Amino acid sequence: MAAVLAVRGYGLLPVTRLGALRPLSWPSMTPAAAPPRTRLAAGCSNPLPFDGGRGIAAGATLVAPAVGSSPRFGIPTAGTCAAVPDAVSAAAAARRSTSTGVPPPPRKEVVPGPATALTGEEALLQDMVAKFAARHVAPNVASMDAKAELDPALLAQLFEAGLMGVEVSAVHGGGGMSFTSAVIVIEELAKVDPAVAAVVDIQNTLLCNTVRRHGTDAQAAEWLPRLATSAVGSFCLSEPGSGSDAFALKTTAVGDGEDWILSGTKAWISNAKEADIFLVFANAEPAAGHRGITAFLVDRAAAGGGLVVGKKEDKLGIRATSCCELTLGGVRVPAGNVLGPVGQGYKIAIGTLNEGRVGIGAQLVGLAQGAMDVALPYAAQRQQFGRPVADNQGMQFQFAQAATELAAARALVYNAARLVDVGLPVVADAAYAKLYASQVADRIAAACVNWAGGVGYMRDFPAEKFFRDAKIGQIYEGTSNIHLVTIAKLLSKKYEV
Amino acid sequence: MATALALRGGGGLLPTLRHGPYRLFRWPSVTATSAPALASPATWCSPSFPVHGSRGLAGRTAVMAPAQGPTRYLGIRNVDVAAAVATAAAARRSVSTGAAPSPPEEVVPGPATAFTEEEALLQDMVSKFAARNVAPLVALMDAKAELEPSLLAQLFEAGLMGVEVPAVHGGGGMSFTSAIIVIEELAKVDPAVSAVVDIHNTLLCNAVRRHGTDAQAAEWLPRLATSSLGAFCLSEAGSGSDAFALKTRAVRDGDDWVLNGTKSWISNAKEADIFLVFATVEPAAGHRGITAFLVDRTAAKDRLVVGRKEDKLGIRASSCCELTLDGVRVPADNVLGPVGQGYKIAIGGLNEGRVGIGAQLVGLAQGAMDVALPYAAERHQFGRPVADNQGMQFQFAQAATELAAARALVYNAARLVDAGLPVVADAAYAKLYASQVADRVAAAGVNWAGGVGYMRDFPAEKFFRDAKIGQIYEGTTNMHLATIAKLLAEKYKA
Repeated sequence: MAAVLAVRGYGLLPVTRLGALRPLSWPSMTPAAAPPRTRLAAGCSNPLPFDGGRGIAAGATLVAPAVGSSPRFGIPTAGTCAAVPDAVSAAAAARRSTSTGVPPPPRKEVVPGPATALTGEEALLQDMVAKFAARHVAPNVASMDAKAELDPALLAQLFEAGLMGVEVSAVHGGGGMSFTSAVIVIEELAKVDPAVAAVVDIQNTLLCNTVRRHGTDAQAAEWLPRLATSAVGSFCLSEPGSGSDAFALKTTAVGDGEDWILSGTKAWISNAKEADIFLVFANAEPAAGHRGITAFLVDRAAAGGGLVVGKKEDKLGIRATSCCELTLGGVRVPAGNVLGPVGQGYKIAIGTLNEGRVGIGAQLVGLAQGAMDVALPYAAQRQQFGRPVADNQGMQFQFAQAATELAAARALVYNAARLVDVGLPVVADAAYAKLYASQVADRIAAACVNWAGGVGYMRDFPAEKFFRDAKIGQIYEGTSNIHLVTIAKLLSKKYEV
Repeated sequence: MATALALRGGGGLLPTLRHGPYRLFRWPSVTATSAPALASPATWCSPSFPVHGSRGLAGRTAVMAPAQGPTRYLGIRNVDVAAAVATAAAARRSVSTGAAPSPPEEVVPGPATAFTEEEALLQDMVSKFAARNVAPLVALMDAKAELEPSLLAQLFEAGLMGVEVPAVHGGGGMSFTSAIIVIEELAKVDPAVSAVVDIHNTLLCNAVRRHGTDAQAAEWLPRLATSSLGAFCLSEAGSGSDAFALKTRAVRDGDDWVLNGTKSWISNAKEADIFLVFATVEPAAGHRGITAFLVDRTAAKDRLVVGRKEDKLGIRASSCCELTLDGVRVPADNVLGPVGQGYKIAIGGLNEGRVGIGAQLVGLAQGAMDVALPYAAERHQFGRPVADNQGMQFQFAQAATELAAARALVYNAARLVDAGLPVVADAAYAKLYASQVADRVAAAGVNWAGGVGYMRDFPAEKFFRDAKIGQIYEGTTNMHLATIAKLLAEKYKA
């Protein structure tokens, strides 16, 4: 499960490594690769139809896109809609994480706005994913959970619908959309199946985005089309001995001519069973400690027998996502497969996981919403003492409290996503979002089982699956305790005496 | 305390039975000149300096000559995106579902908690004002349970009492989010002062801006923005949460109305010159008889009696009195909005009022942390700072997380208001959650400061006392839960 289940019981952001967060700078991005701004100029709409869409909605003005549309959705990139490329590339080039909770003064191009409101394009995307989930995911949820297996046909459909490369630029076969759009996709899928959402989240935020940010042009051209259109990826950081203490990893990378030889064992790697591409973190210089950690792109076929995907773990929840041990027995990897500079792997991992937290926050917000969407109608229908159970004010107050906390979690997640899209630092906001969303999802999913009573305890009613799926939220991509430590360190810096 | 303390114990303001009016309520269209400014940098101009109480020209700020005249009070001019704003504002409506309808094309979602340069400067200015003018008086005002008159004058002079009032009427001409920033910054220093400013801006100024005729706007807004404190008079001894069961009566007499009745828990009453009084013209019509009247204290003479000030647990600097109207004669021109539509005016105002109170409570919680955490870092026990204990650090982090969530809800709702999108659900979430978080964080702040936290000469206990009203005024927690539950039932109707 890559950094995901890889951190079960441990988490990923040890306090001692926090120093690495501060100096991180995103490499400058060209306008073509910059995430499109979600800004619609007057009169700009989305040309329809698109995959799984509802066709041309009455009243939608059609405008021929100036730049090529994304083939996957038929939804144009925001480049057609009065994008502000100079401002965006400047903002993206200035991306940095700071360790204080307070953002620095915003640059002129930042347009604050309601984070949870959606543009027309985003609303259409949300609608499309909701239909996709209802049509293609929902019928398979129970069987995938029972068999603990991701349906291969569904995986193919996810690629075909463009949901596996939302931010990958259109020139590489992706959707060319914003980070917030990826967050919308993840949330919508999670309302139906949090396990499928986790697969899509990892692919988008941990694999695609890492290659987009740190890959050379040649690497982008080689790996992004595959990641966007056909090849599942796995993020391979954790090991049996290093979960939260991620950078105490022991997998080694030994130089051999132009190649590297990777040896070691990774644990709790998500998607490993289905993956063709593995982003492996190994230490090229163990004597240098974490400063030897390097990121390698490993192709499953090319690795041959040296890469062994072990037994799939049997998990409490998100069972449709595979989670396996990975053994690298002298896997030969060409120098061209090193992602980013040698010895900078830990920075790459940290930076990636920052946005990954927002993605997981979205998955958990969707999970909580999905749980309420099954439990509340049930409570409205179920009659006891001659009236619907939902008529009891005590229960209504519980519903309202849950909805309020869910709204708070969603506000944190979308605010963080919007900050990412305008290039402002999100270290604190991402931590708040993931920590809080995971706590809320736990509470709400548990409450939903309660609200559904006996039926809530039965496996043929969806509530108990949301409850089981929620538990991983406080564990992967940074345990709650690690997030509390991270936030506490940011606070002590802010209030340093 | 208007609907503020007016709701103490009696409850909040959105009884389930009255939920119907929300769906039908429509904001009147707002003209371009009075529309709140959008924080769009496309036509952004630097503020013209100097700003009251500000640090003058900051080295890093580029100064451009503003295209329009600066607003007087803050020297910060509003951004001119009038066309887009007017369109968005004209489309404002409240809906009763939790989901926002498709946004108008001009809505630009963005990070709600990020500030434009103008907003950051405003925040900085208010922060300095609070440190310089408010902080030295906080303890004294709390002990005497009195708002210092010189401070009230300074609040007017700094333009903090008419943030959204158009410049042509002497206000700041800024956005709702700007008002929220002002309220939050003040609350970090004194939640009581913040409450006074919040009520005045969101319940008084905004009601007259939205529902007043041009003549009424010209007559009342300049006073509200520059000199005269207002009080929102809805609650009565027998009607708190059940606000529209009010009994104050208005009887037509020639060209005037004559008001008789008693209002309770009216904030700002002691200092107020302008009272927005809700009375019924037709008790038999139920809530549809309720009408809003603007009452001038001087004109009412001795027919309007402001009673004894209540002695409260917290926000003691904000006065809270009974108000007796004994045949107060009010000209017909002073009716705000249509006769019989007062309940809609009250509900609409309270919707945004909730976001303002949310901001006050977020500021309160932040202020509580700002005093407790440095103390815990300095206080040594067992040979090391108390703040070095991981258990405490985890409590700090959890509090900061929930505070961030409350702030995200409040600012998101504020940005929705400025974008002209419905905020019924978001405003309820924001106020409910912020009040719960403020309670928890302020209580924890006392704990973290230990023995010192219990002493009145350390600020923590005041934040704790001040926070308690948050779950009571402008809609009790139970009323908000009922409101939200009704929105949910509508959404999930079987």
